[in-house]
Amino acid sequence: MSLDTQIRASADAVPVQPRRKVSRRHRKDAIAALVFLSPQLVGLIVFMIGPLVFALYLAFSHWDGFGAATFAGLSNFTELFENPRIQRSAINTVWFTVLQVPGVMITAFLFALFMQKAGKMTNVYRLGFVAPVVTSSVAVATIWLYLFNPEISPINSALRSVGIPAPNWLQDPAFIIPSFAVVAIWQGLGYQLVMFMAGLQSIGASYLEAAELDGCSAWQKLWHVTVPLISPTILFLSITSIIGSFQVFDYIYVFMDSSAPDEARTIVYEIVQMAFREFNFGAASALAFLLFLVLLGVTGLQMAAQKRWVHYAE
Amino acid sequence: MSTLTRNIARSQETRTRRRPVRPGKIILHLALAACAALMALPFLWMMFSSFKPLDEIFRQPPTFLPEAWTTGGYETAFAGADFVRGFWNSTYIAVTVTVVSLLTSTMAAYAFARIDFRGSKHLFMVFLATMMIPAQLTIIPLYIIMGWLGWIDTPLSLIMPASLFSAFGVFLMRQYIKGIPRELEEAAELDGASRFRVFTTMILPLLRTPLTALGIFTFLGQWNNFFGPLIFLNSDANFTLPLLVNQFKGQYGADWTSLMSATTLVAAPLLIIFAVAQRQIVDGIALSGSKS
Repeated sequence: MSLDTQIRASADAVPVQPRRKVSRRHRKDAIAALVFLSPQLVGLIVFMIGPLVFALYLAFSHWDGFGAATFAGLSNFTELFENPRIQRSAINTVWFTVLQVPGVMITAFLFALFMQKAGKMTNVYRLGFVAPVVTSSVAVATIWLYLFNPEISPINSALRSVGIPAPNWLQDPAFIIPSFAVVAIWQGLGYQLVMFMAGLQSIGASYLEAAELDGCSAWQKLWHVTVPLISPTILFLSITSIIGSFQVFDYIYVFMDSSAPDEARTIVYEIVQMAFREFNFGAASALAFLLFLVLLGVTGLQMAAQKRWVHYAE
Repeated sequence: MSTLTRNIARSQETRTRRRPVRPGKIILHLALAACAALMALPFLWMMFSSFKPLDEIFRQPPTFLPEAWTTGGYETAFAGADFVRGFWNSTYIAVTVTVVSLLTSTMAAYAFARIDFRGSKHLFMVFLATMMIPAQLTIIPLYIIMGWLGWIDTPLSLIMPASLFSAFGVFLMRQYIKGIPRELEEAAELDGASRFRVFTTMILPLLRTPLTALGIFTFLGQWNNFFGPLIFLNSDANFTLPLLVNQFKGQYGADWTSLMSATTLVAAPLLIIFAVAQRQIVDGIALSGSKS
């Protein structure tokens, strides 16, 4: 073949070439994507999707970790629903969430409003609020174990000195869950404070000035300008903090070890006890699966309700 | 009066009207300072109690500062548990996970943000969906899988899952990479630079801020992790600091001086880091929610 025909041949091939080039480029892209994704893909499959399928399988099986698993049908689930201790734990978990989530969100929001007006000193005050956030929950719980011990608690002695009867925080059934909530609010406040302050900072001053010129009271400004403008932050925090408080475990385990009374047990505490004390992997997985469904439902409801009250800036 | 002078007059008026607000400002600062101090009080109580002899801890009314300082609690703590070893275990796991997971999640994020491949959107949705799954659902199968792999009671059981999978990390870094203008990379690619080169020399350096934030977040999560180590680790030599404190509490529960010493040992490193790098840590926390 002469050079001339070669050139002509390649010229003939021109209309075809781009497509081949594109497909070659596509394949190159696919390979590159695979290379960049591969570590996380391995993790996704081995440590997430695999365990998830396995957990579903376990939820419908009887297995103690040894020998063969047997098919259990729905018996793990019926066992859970008939167990009064699980019912109690579910109530405790909801009660904890009801106390903790609004408690921490309202407090954090109010402090964020006031902190905004504190100017440069904000950085100093913030130290006190955020320090518990960076501290391990085990250290936090150990400190509160001291503060909740009626024999040595400075809180109790302060209450007694002003004539208020001091509760036995971690022994009195009525006070156990509220005590957990106190600790969780103390530790969670700083995180939400930072989030709310970031949200408030992003509100343009012009909105509030306009409201002021229109003669709005401080309360009207707060309710009709500030709250709608940071509603995305409120939604985000309410979704994540409900998920987090449904999973409360560390404090209880540090306070009570593996012998928590029924009044102190939560769902995740039950899951851990069932799985790693009683080696009832099936029922524990079934309970974890139910927890997941509840979280999915609660989050779904919040997402569905957001259209009514969450305001997104254009 | 012209509008200009009226405006000036009004601004002077507001300025003079603002002045009486001053006492309010003072009250605001006093109140905030008091609340911040109240928040920090449990830490101060922990620290001062760790230096009090046991009989002083039980005294009524309680003392704030120790009257008779003692370091006996720390001696008992160091004799009762290997906190140096625990410190090393915690640091080793937290640092390894932070470094490796930053790299793997940024790589994956780059693929999602910049490479056009089939199924990209669906795969990314899968990553996002896993964020909804509570850790308790996968911990039981993970425990069994770790048994098969022979990783129970080794740091690998904690390092590998966290290093190789972080849906949040991938999500966060993808948002940031998408925000980088594409022109520079396109020019480099036309010059024949490989994707790997573009990633390491152009993308990574531009991600310093979000990488720092994500790194702090990952490190804190690992260092303070209790649930994972509780399930996967069983021998003292492999224990991380939170596990050691919890175990120490079981053995020295009534010895409050020593228990508060142990707790101080565990809380202090992060509190010191926090005091030094407050801005970065607070920015990191704020950033974790801003892109959602």
